[in-house]
Amino acid sequence: MSKKELTCIVCPNGCQLEAMLENSDSGSLQITEITGHLCEKGPEWAEQELTHPVRTVISNILVESGDLPLVSVRTDAPVPRNMIFDVMKEIKAAKTKAPVAIGQILIKHPAGTGCNIIATKNVRNV
Amino acid sequence: MNTIKHDVVVIGGGPAGLAAAIAARKSGCKDVLLIERDKRLGGILNQCIHDGFGLHKFDEALTGPEYAQRFIDEFNSLGIDSMLSTIVLSVDGKRNLYVSSRKSLTRIEAGSVILSMGCRERTAGAISLPGTRPAGIYTAGAAQNFINLQNIMVGKKVVILGSGDIGMIMARRMTLEGAKVEAVFEILPYPSGLARNIQQCLNDYDIPLYLSTSVIEIHGKERVTGVTVAGTDKNFKPIPGTERHVPCDTILLSVGLIPENELTRGAGVQMEARTGGAGVDDTFMTGVPGIFSCGNVLHVHDLVDHVSDEASLVGEYAVRYLDGEIKPPESYIKIEPQQGVRYVLPQKVSGMRDFTLSLRVTTPSRDRAVWVKDGDRKVARKKMIRLHPAEMIRINIKKEKLQGAKVLEVSVE
Repeated sequence: MSKKELTCIVCPNGCQLEAMLENSDSGSLQITEITGHLCEKGPEWAEQELTHPVRTVISNILVESGDLPLVSVRTDAPVPRNMIFDVMKEIKAAKTKAPVAIGQILIKHPAGTGCNIIATKNVRNV
Repeated sequence: MNTIKHDVVVIGGGPAGLAAAIAARKSGCKDVLLIERDKRLGGILNQCIHDGFGLHKFDEALTGPEYAQRFIDEFNSLGIDSMLSTIVLSVDGKRNLYVSSRKSLTRIEAGSVILSMGCRERTAGAISLPGTRPAGIYTAGAAQNFINLQNIMVGKKVVILGSGDIGMIMARRMTLEGAKVEAVFEILPYPSGLARNIQQCLNDYDIPLYLSTSVIEIHGKERVTGVTVAGTDKNFKPIPGTERHVPCDTILLSVGLIPENELTRGAGVQMEARTGGAGVDDTFMTGVPGIFSCGNVLHVHDLVDHVSDEASLVGEYAVRYLDGEIKPPESYIKIEPQQGVRYVLPQKVSGMRDFTLSLRVTTPSRDRAVWVKDGDRKVARKKMIRLHPAEMIRINIKKEKLQGAKVLEVSVE
């Protein structure tokens, strides 16, 4: 049995969670108990974090002939944490043309992930 | 000079100003004008491209620009007037505004004024940063503006001074852009930003956070070449023998925010040293009748959701003031911060309406309660598992609890 401490990142409360872990017969880690959360999203997040951590990737993409040189973007779903830099590589290589509208898909399935890169800002054409 | 009249004039088109203007319009005022010095609405949210906004208000983790756009869309659909690329030069105690745009200088006679100018960052000068003044020293927000709005990368090897949220968010941002962030140094024994940002912005990228550590010297002539850091004692003095050199070409400062209150002072509004903002009552009216304040210019918030909520109330009160429904009471109930409390807001209330008490504690602690007392009588009590200066605490107080009260004392026990 082992103990793992985590900071929940779901909301600004930032609950300090404690997860009790046990090696199951098959060799995989089993979470036996999670404590320290103020809401039910905590244990859900901890389980995800301990088995398959994911993050939303956020950056900017170059825009041509826009009223801004960049449009802010994010993944429309969290991606595996170890894929962040692969996703970033595609974001950095990308370019788009104004106008851009919030929610517009700018890259489909970056780095083979199931998510899309969407615009989070409106950029007007100038 | 041209003179015009407006019922409600809102200064600043960030999250506070937008929510206040929308609420004023929805409260029945057809003549609302918002003045913004930038060429677009949204304020600082335009450069805060990270997510986590709107969790309370919309139950979604929106990015800053997305959060702002929801309010901008509503603002536009209500047909509220705005003046962009326009700066307010001064406001006087009779609610005359002197306003400069590219084309003209205008005097505006306002029925009521809502101050929502936001805040700015503390700079190297403000914290008396020792050493030379080479290029490569930025406030975290200035670096954020360069990188996220202007597509200008500010450095490759970065040290961050101060553990405020913007500094940590920029640590992640610069790492994603290919810079190496060496470390975050915090002079206090505890981080000043949110725990979730330590996890998702620092730990995720193996960026170390050193507490009770400060930069004692900056090196470099043309450009920063490094810093000397040292451990600090409880009086924030460097501990001899703990100095070490950290090479870097860029320093980001995340050492606090200062409400931007030049206009407020110019209007003769009485200020509060504890918040750096105006003193206000339970309608968010300052000491000058008809001048209201909300958002980060009033007190620095940690969540924009709370800014929007606060500003919505203020928009409504500013209209009710015009309608003659809000008059200062014969005497106010004072609210005073006591043991463990850094500030309270509002600082005085009429006792005639329910209100939300906002406060911050002085130091981190666990399993305490915030007490609001009238002498020995309990007015409100909020149990808290974790208390932290970085997290604003809000307590709703009913007017029935205020009958006969003279002074409310707020403490952590």
